[in-house]
Amino acid sequence: MRGGGFASLSRAMFLGFIRDRTALIFSILLPVLFLVFFGSIYKNSSAPEISLIEVGQVRLLSQARRADPGVASVLAVRDARSLAVALDAVRKGNDDAAVLQRGGHIIVRYSIADQTKAGLVNSVLASIVQAANQAASGQRPRFTLSASQVEDKSLKPIQYVTPGLLGWALASGATFGAAITLVSWRQTKLLRRLRLAPIGTGSIVAARIGIALAIGLIQLAVFLAIARLPYFGLKLTAAWWMTIPLVACGILAFMSIGLLVGAIAKTQQAATAIANLIILPMAFVGGAFIPLDFAPDWVRQASYVMPLRYLVTAMQDVMARGEGPSAALPAIGILLGFTLVAGLAAMRLFRWDDI
Amino acid sequence: MPPVISVRDLRKSYADVTAVDGVSFDVDQGEFFGILGPNGAGKTTTLEIIEGLREPDSGHATVLGLAAWPRNGALLPRIGVQLQASSFFERLTAREQIRTFASLYGVPAKNADEMLGTVGLTDSAGVRAEKLSGGQAQRLSIACALVHDPELVFLDEPTGALDPQARRNLWDLLREISSSGRTVVLTTHHMDEAESLCDRVAIMDHGKILRAGPPAALVRELDQPVRISVQSGLITRDEAAARAGPGAAVTDDGVSLTIATRDAGPALAGLAGADALAGLRVQGATLEDVFLSLTGREYRA
Repeated sequence: MRGGGFASLSRAMFLGFIRDRTALIFSILLPVLFLVFFGSIYKNSSAPEISLIEVGQVRLLSQARRADPGVASVLAVRDARSLAVALDAVRKGNDDAAVLQRGGHIIVRYSIADQTKAGLVNSVLASIVQAANQAASGQRPRFTLSASQVEDKSLKPIQYVTPGLLGWALASGATFGAAITLVSWRQTKLLRRLRLAPIGTGSIVAARIGIALAIGLIQLAVFLAIARLPYFGLKLTAAWWMTIPLVACGILAFMSIGLLVGAIAKTQQAATAIANLIILPMAFVGGAFIPLDFAPDWVRQASYVMPLRYLVTAMQDVMARGEGPSAALPAIGILLGFTLVAGLAAMRLFRWDDI
Repeated sequence: MPPVISVRDLRKSYADVTAVDGVSFDVDQGEFFGILGPNGAGKTTTLEIIEGLREPDSGHATVLGLAAWPRNGALLPRIGVQLQASSFFERLTAREQIRTFASLYGVPAKNADEMLGTVGLTDSAGVRAEKLSGGQAQRLSIACALVHDPELVFLDEPTGALDPQARRNLWDLLREISSSGRTVVLTTHHMDEAESLCDRVAIMDHGKILRAGPPAALVRELDQPVRISVQSGLITRDEAAARAGPGAAVTDDGVSLTIATRDAGPALAGLAGADALAGLRVQGATLEDVFLSLTGREYRA
């Protein structure tokens, strides 16, 4: 009978969830849209193209593009009728620089509106000129430089966008789900009705945990399926499967935060407001929206008190940075610690009804 | 046979409010028992203590021979509680709701579907609970309380916000429930409902039971004059007063001539003798009069 209660409560909660359009939108559709959006705008952002306008013939430029396919892939070159037209295009930001050649003299005109681009234009063209000079001297170069980034070549933005947004989706889904269900069940007296049925409180809580875990795993599956499409190109590293226990522990932590919110809040509106106050700052400061590597120092310091930080960074480690399974263990411990603290607080503040 | 519910000197206070202040009563097997009272009289708290949801400060409640507090797992399958029309799982259909409740009690889905038929909801089985009409939602919530065939049923304001048709309709259902031998406890502040359904009522106010007994007995105890009215113009006021005898008060508002008397016999005979019975109405006191005489008439929000 106890098992029957658990199964039918789980079923009732699951049907309630998948029929709830708002919940589906906020826990799955919106995060996926964010993933598609961020995944698209950050795509290829690691190798920005420089668009040059060639005024007249710049033989050096065409030689360099023929000789080095690397240069050719970075430079997009088009022609312009006159210098005035070219400068106008640069000033408007349509192109990054105008190039012309007067004998052995290469002239570059660029805008400093985009300083990164300006620096890039200067260094690329300087290196082309230098290489040409060196070649003209007829000697083999004495020094060569080879540079490569420390990350795996595959650490494209999608590799950190995916764990970040997934962490946010899991956190808001679990927190809002638990908080709003608890408040609305208390308000409609369903909670009290269940207390009058011959089932234990344990069955109700277990069913709720089971549903939250199921929803979290669905979110994980949807995220991985979309991010791994060739268009986004997420490449999972060896220990990615550790994301599954990570997701489970993250769900437990955020669910207990949600139950705490639900125990405090008297109305659904209040529950939504409190949950937003917790989740939104956490998403910004905890590394979900802004990768912590790019964040200012105070954000990084503040992130240490946010459970979301541990979930997101640990998922990045095992999913994208190629670290071993044990890299996730500290985060799992910390998330379970949060679960314990928030869960105990929620139990203390729990009320069966409003009086 | 021992009483199904036995309540002795229950007391319960919240902060500075005494919700229940020394309540005692018994409910017998198969009885339809009503607890009446204005809002805040202590009805709900009394019921909650009997259901085992709250611990009384003092006194005790016994249900089916077992102590109501602490929550007793052996008692729960034997009682059915209907709380409110909105105590449902979100976004489940009527059939899914009752099947979920049924399985909490280990009752097969087939019985749940039959119960849906009993309350006349077979045609609406696929409708989500939020989309049901007020009357249908009440029926569903009663069905959910009865699905495990409890011996004792608690109904809390079952006809709260229903229109007259839906109320009468639900009364028929409630009579059926009680005629199958179950004991039913109802709280309401609709006096006509209690008078029509209950074998016995207890009138509560300020946490105390003011009076208890069968509705008809309570009305008789009140000893109020009967109001006999006929169409105006059939008989003069003076003649009516003369025929009705001493102690009768006669009024005529141009629409009806009304005689208020404690001795209806001579008045009726007198009107009949004058052939002045057209549009005859005889109104005795009602449970509402009993209620108002006990709880007072001042307005309470």
